[in-house]
Amino acid sequence: MANLKTVSKKSKAQSMGMHTEVLTGRTQQKFFNPDEAENFYYFGTYDVDFNKRTELDVKDMTAPEANKEIDNLMSQGYGTIVIKNPQGKHSLGVGILNKLNLIFEGSLGYFGMGSCDGPIVRINGRVGWSCAENLMAGKVVIEKNAGSCFGAAIRGGDLICKGSVGARTGIDMKGGTIIIGGDAGAFTGFMMQRGRIIILGDVGINLGDSMYDGTIFVGGEIGSYGSDAVDAELTKSDQDWLKRKLKVAEIGENFDVSKMKKIVAGKKLWNYDNLEPTEKKGAI
Amino acid sequence: MCGIAGLIHRGKSSNVGSELQGMLQALKHRGEDSTGYALYGDTDGKNFIMRFKVGENVGEGSSSVMEDVSVYDERKKIVDETLAEMGAKIVKEERTLPYSLRYEIDYNVKDLLEFSQRIESIPGVEILSMGKSLEVIKDLGNAKMVCDRYSLDKVVGTHAIGHARMATESGVDIKSAHPFWGYPFSDVSVVHNGQLTNYWNNRRVLENKGMRFMSECDSELIAVYLAEKMRDGATLEEGMKASLTGLDGVFTYFVATKDSLGMAKDTMAAKPLVLYESDDLVAMGSEEIAIRSVLPQEIDTYDPFDGEVKVWQI
Repeated sequence: MANLKTVSKKSKAQSMGMHTEVLTGRTQQKFFNPDEAENFYYFGTYDVDFNKRTELDVKDMTAPEANKEIDNLMSQGYGTIVIKNPQGKHSLGVGILNKLNLIFEGSLGYFGMGSCDGPIVRINGRVGWSCAENLMAGKVVIEKNAGSCFGAAIRGGDLICKGSVGARTGIDMKGGTIIIGGDAGAFTGFMMQRGRIIILGDVGINLGDSMYDGTIFVGGEIGSYGSDAVDAELTKSDQDWLKRKLKVAEIGENFDVSKMKKIVAGKKLWNYDNLEPTEKKGAI
Repeated sequence: MCGIAGLIHRGKSSNVGSELQGMLQALKHRGEDSTGYALYGDTDGKNFIMRFKVGENVGEGSSSVMEDVSVYDERKKIVDETLAEMGAKIVKEERTLPYSLRYEIDYNVKDLLEFSQRIESIPGVEILSMGKSLEVIKDLGNAKMVCDRYSLDKVVGTHAIGHARMATESGVDIKSAHPFWGYPFSDVSVVHNGQLTNYWNNRRVLENKGMRFMSECDSELIAVYLAEKMRDGATLEEGMKASLTGLDGVFTYFVATKDSLGMAKDTMAAKPLVLYESDDLVAMGSEEIAIRSVLPQEIDTYDPFDGEVKVWQI
């Protein structure tokens, strides 16, 4: 991780891999002092012990009941929770703002692990639409396939699917990394703003359509490029990063990253002049 | 929103009525204005089964007026007379509800289009399905309500498709409910989740070619579109592939025939579909929980990609 104290303010976010463009003018980015980390905490989070492990069978529970029980277990200090029989239920594991080892022994339905910040999650099954939507930090690993809108609007963390994913993977993502071991559907990276997507297999039509920023790496065939998505040079730095990321993700460790394609935004579709609408009006 | 579900057993029969009820009930949060079943039951294949209605189920809050049962009786009487005129013999008759009937007909149908047109020329009468295996049952309410009302839980067959509807662009009534029969083709039915944006253009073209629409529900277009393609000699799969460009909008739909089940997903993949496929069973639905109602154990499922068409045989 970059040393936030020694990097100039202008390139802090860039050094963290959050975006590539040089920001000028007004920005709403906040830079926190790491020394004050203890002052930043979420209401309702708990001190948990990763060595304290328990199992929870949610077969006869509704999703709210299951999520409430996960919260209850965290409040008792359990840092490793194994969920049995999720059976494709929707909205399991949402809103966890804690460090936690969470393991699902089965598949999730829609919106699984949405709006989370911090947990390390392994799903030994499949996930439905919008898995890990708005993930802020942590790591979510899916052992099988995933539905559409995988990782929609994530802001950070690592989201890994070892199988194939549906359409609109990483739509509107604003940071973090999405790694796909198999194929991805149409409109992958649609309107993405920052972050990185890695697809080891093939990808469908309209890849990176209307993307603002961010980077997409593709190992297989590309159905077609979306508006304003263009090829870029795959640098040595990119390859080193890809190797590291794939190793950490336990996926495609022996994959030949040198043959991957790199896709970025052509930046012809939008105007990043940082003016507020009222200021624009005045300028006109 | 709407939810769709379907399953096909390959090489054997099963209790498809009960199975589909479980799948659709799992999807009831996607809409329970109406629910419809297209069941392909085990029959001897000798007689036609005609499901038809002689009136509407007027739901609570509707501005429509529930007709008197005597009106239904009169329409039924005219249907019976018309069948007799055409030389069709009613082998078995069931009247589940005052407005909903099921006839088994012994009749050598030469032209199903002409047959259907004569029956549907009777005001207030609509054929819901016609075939030697297919039976379309649809009514207001969620899957369990419709299943209980029509005693569908004991229907045994090879495959079935169904629909849980949240009405958006047409009325809450039986005529707008899914599945739609692929008029005038025997044993063809369609369910759809999505929205078709070139409905009126296609409808005008197809009506000029002699095709019939009974509702103003955009989903009916798929059934009529495929029927017209097949009338012109295309196979079911060819018709479905043509629909990917011929139909505009967002859609995932299922179509079933006497011995097959197919799915198609639009090129934007905007509507969900989860699929489970094994050697002896294919089950699919808008959400995985639909499949889990028949396969509670851990299974491998996947989302078909954009522009994908698949057809399975029994």
